[in-house]
Amino acid sequence: MNWLLIIVLLPLLAAAAVGFVPGSQRLAIRGITIGASGLALLCALIAFCSFEVGTGFQFETKVVWVKSLGLHFHLAADGINIGIILMGAIVAFAAACCADDITHRVKEFHILLNLMIGGILGAFASMDLFFFYFFHELALVPTFIMIGVWGRGANRNYAMYKITLYLSLGALLALIGLIGVYVQTGAESFSIPDLIDKVREKPIDEAAQQWIFPLLMFGFGILVSLWPFHTWAPLGYGAAPTATAMLHAGVLKKFGLYGIIRVAIPMAPVGAQSWLGVLAWLALANLLYCGLVAVRQKDLNLLIGNSSVAHMGFIFLGIASLNVIGLTGAVLVMIAHGLLAALAFGLSGHLYRQTGSLDMSRMGGLLRQMPLAGSALLMALFAGCGLPGFANFAGEITIFFAAWSAGLKTVTVIAAWSALVIGGLYMMRAIRNILHGPLRGDWAKAGDVSPLIATAHGLLLVALLVFGFAPGLLTKGIEGEATKIVRLAKPAER
Amino acid sequence: MDGQLQFIQLEMMVATLGLLILLADLFLPSTARRSLGWVAAGALGLVFLLSFRGGYVALADAEAFGGIYRLDALAFFFKRFFLLAAIFVLVFAVDFAARLRGGVSEYLAFILFALTGMMFASSANDFSLLFVSIELITVTFYILVSFQRHRLHSLEAGVKYLILGAVSSAFLVYGIALVFGEAGSLKFEVIRGAHGELLESNVFLFGMLFVFAGLAFKISAFPFQVWAPDVYQGAPTPTTTFLAVGSKAAGFVLLIRLFASVVPELTAQWTGLLMTVAVLTILYGNLCAVPQHNLKRLLAYSGIANAGYLLMGIVAQSGDGTAAILYYLAGYLFTLVSAFMIINLVTREGEGEDIACLAGLNKRSPFLAFALALCAVSLAGIPPLAGFFGKFLLVKSVAAKAFGDAGYFALLAVAVFGVVVSIYYYFGIIRAIYWSKHTSVDSPVSVAWPTRIALGLCVAAILYLGLLPDKPINWANAAAKVEEKMSVDKK
Repeated sequence: MNWLLIIVLLPLLAAAAVGFVPGSQRLAIRGITIGASGLALLCALIAFCSFEVGTGFQFETKVVWVKSLGLHFHLAADGINIGIILMGAIVAFAAACCADDITHRVKEFHILLNLMIGGILGAFASMDLFFFYFFHELALVPTFIMIGVWGRGANRNYAMYKITLYLSLGALLALIGLIGVYVQTGAESFSIPDLIDKVREKPIDEAAQQWIFPLLMFGFGILVSLWPFHTWAPLGYGAAPTATAMLHAGVLKKFGLYGIIRVAIPMAPVGAQSWLGVLAWLALANLLYCGLVAVRQKDLNLLIGNSSVAHMGFIFLGIASLNVIGLTGAVLVMIAHGLLAALAFGLSGHLYRQTGSLDMSRMGGLLRQMPLAGSALLMALFAGCGLPGFANFAGEITIFFAAWSAGLKTVTVIAAWSALVIGGLYMMRAIRNILHGPLRGDWAKAGDVSPLIATAHGLLLVALLVFGFAPGLLTKGIEGEATKIVRLAKPAER
Repeated sequence: MDGQLQFIQLEMMVATLGLLILLADLFLPSTARRSLGWVAAGALGLVFLLSFRGGYVALADAEAFGGIYRLDALAFFFKRFFLLAAIFVLVFAVDFAARLRGGVSEYLAFILFALTGMMFASSANDFSLLFVSIELITVTFYILVSFQRHRLHSLEAGVKYLILGAVSSAFLVYGIALVFGEAGSLKFEVIRGAHGELLESNVFLFGMLFVFAGLAFKISAFPFQVWAPDVYQGAPTPTTTFLAVGSKAAGFVLLIRLFASVVPELTAQWTGLLMTVAVLTILYGNLCAVPQHNLKRLLAYSGIANAGYLLMGIVAQSGDGTAAILYYLAGYLFTLVSAFMIINLVTREGEGEDIACLAGLNKRSPFLAFALALCAVSLAGIPPLAGFFGKFLLVKSVAAKAFGDAGYFALLAVAVFGVVVSIYYYFGIIRAIYWSKHTSVDSPVSVAWPTRIALGLCVAAILYLGLLPDKPINWANAAAKVEEKMSVDKK
């Protein structure tokens, strides 16, 4: 079965279907959206379970799309993206459930939401550079409109332009890098496996690699909120409606990281050698600077946003170590962080809905008030500090080992320190402020999450715990692919 | 002579149609004259179909009238392009007729005469035909621009276009004279053959520079762009549309003919100059568009920016670059036609075309709101629409040269910067449509059936060019190959 094709098409079809339902039929619109993303999740789960490690591409769909340019509509799964697609499908389903808080122009929101989900899942399933980019951009316009129409706060117009312009800039820089890869390999094809075959025969000219790699690194980096291009992220997520923030922070943001691992390193290994050192230091800036910024936040959403930017530092560090365990850890954290960010933004969305404010200095005692949401938040914040048992811990510890063995010792020591101390500091403070202590003013009337949303949050938590206790489910597949990439990047150590 | 006349059969049909409309004006009651526009559009549709007829297509790669007129794939492509543009503009003009206050049939006829000029331009193989066809276009546009004699803005635009257009014609004719003086012939063939030696001559270079300036005026490239915003804003909207699409494409077909196939070595020598013009045009257009509130003016500045992107295809100096220009222009045609049509429908006479008019369009007419949003997204170059694929091809053609040449990289960097800036103002349109607050009118917009069909076709074409580019890119490649082959043959 071509599970991937079904997974990508379902949300897009749902977007079309919602288009034909009159706007007053709220239940039908919600039903179609949740049903489609639920089915997509089921397919992703079946695909994940039936995936056989080490047998190359599976669930492949390949259609020639533009012959003269060598563009293919090529969906396929390997060890790296199968896990990310599963994570994306889980987050998509959870986001669809959490979109319950949209009360006006429900139809338009759900069309855009479905489009965005289709774009996100398509981007990670694509093995053709063109469609990889194409699907990613499909989510750009929905993000803009969603923040503009359904966003929060007085600052949302600024936030909406900022996120759109930053993302466009990153995407365009990456596009030039991607076209550079195509032009320089002379492969006459945008298909990643074709390009890799070509590079294996004859690597890209080294001078060109010195251009291509930074283009891709900074282009994709901006999409992932690499320091100092990170300021759009906390602001944008703070202003976005719940479902948008969950999808964006959880899944879409991982696109850039995936691009660096999938394209930039294998295609331009020489460029990578000279630029990954820079990336390691920028990653450290992500961890330290954004961590310290997170400490100062009073608004829960800004805290989560900044901590999520800080967490990207781990992944960049894993990539910068450029060894098998580093890349494996990076992908593992990508998946773990996707689930975690979605959970955190889903919960903050619920809290926001209760009183219309996320000011932490005016919260307190919520654990008793809303046991389900409260304990989920507790676990999310602990997972954010890297507590063993959650998938984040498994990934982060792997990355520390990788960075140490790659010789980035100073960076590793500082990173480990900052991760433990700074991360612990703001997460613990948030727990104390929000969940413990006496109940404050406005919050006395606040209610717990509805069963639907509780299911969504529960699903995210279960996934975090399952991958935390059994990271082998993911790493077995990732390792094989990471080995191939490292071999391409460092042929000398073969 | 009979054999030669069949080369210009399409042009003859169009010109005759124009004359017939002027004649019909004498016999029809004034109320029925509007519908002449639909008749003319239908007739042009027929001409468009005839352009695919086997007997006509078989004339490809041949020359007539002593070699001044040439039919080839590039000419076919542009003739069909202009015909399509004119069909849409005619349908549009019927909608607009009430605002013209008289002279509807003349307005329609002048559109057809301008179209004739454009179709001749696409076949020009000689400086004399180049000049005559450009003048036919420009002179009819002087009239079309100032057609609303009761509106001061329209007259102002007409005068500006007249003065600056005359200056550019002077540039053009002076340049042609210098080229003739040095080359001894106006024929492209002769110049192509001799241009190795001609490059040594400063007179020839000056002449070509002046010719470039004359054509740069047509495409509104920096520093010959000053007329565009005022003229676009003041002219009747159908004229603006035809100016933005047709006149610009006419400039580009001539630029492609001259710089890609007649004097490719000169183009190579002038890469720096062309690049600078492209860079400045992109920057000027995009940066000036940011503060605009008038939609027609905004699209004028965006048109300047788009001319800059299109010049990237010339700078690339390859068949891919030329094909990218053709693809981009095709997407631009459908996008601009529908954008201007919708702007015209939404704004009312005398109110101006302020962006605030779009407020609440989402409620007034969801289809128009969706179509205009689609145009904005396509112009911003975001998938899955025509504008994205066009930009992708242009960037690809430049990137093919960029590795190893920092100048091309600078051009790409400016293009990226320009696109990011343009997303700001194009998305401002989307914002105005879907969630701007001050709604003054909320009456539904009534759209006539032909306009509705035209808009539907445009939307379908924008999606088709963005989603299924396989076939159209083959057409663009086939048309672009002609020029590439000719310049290679000569080497």
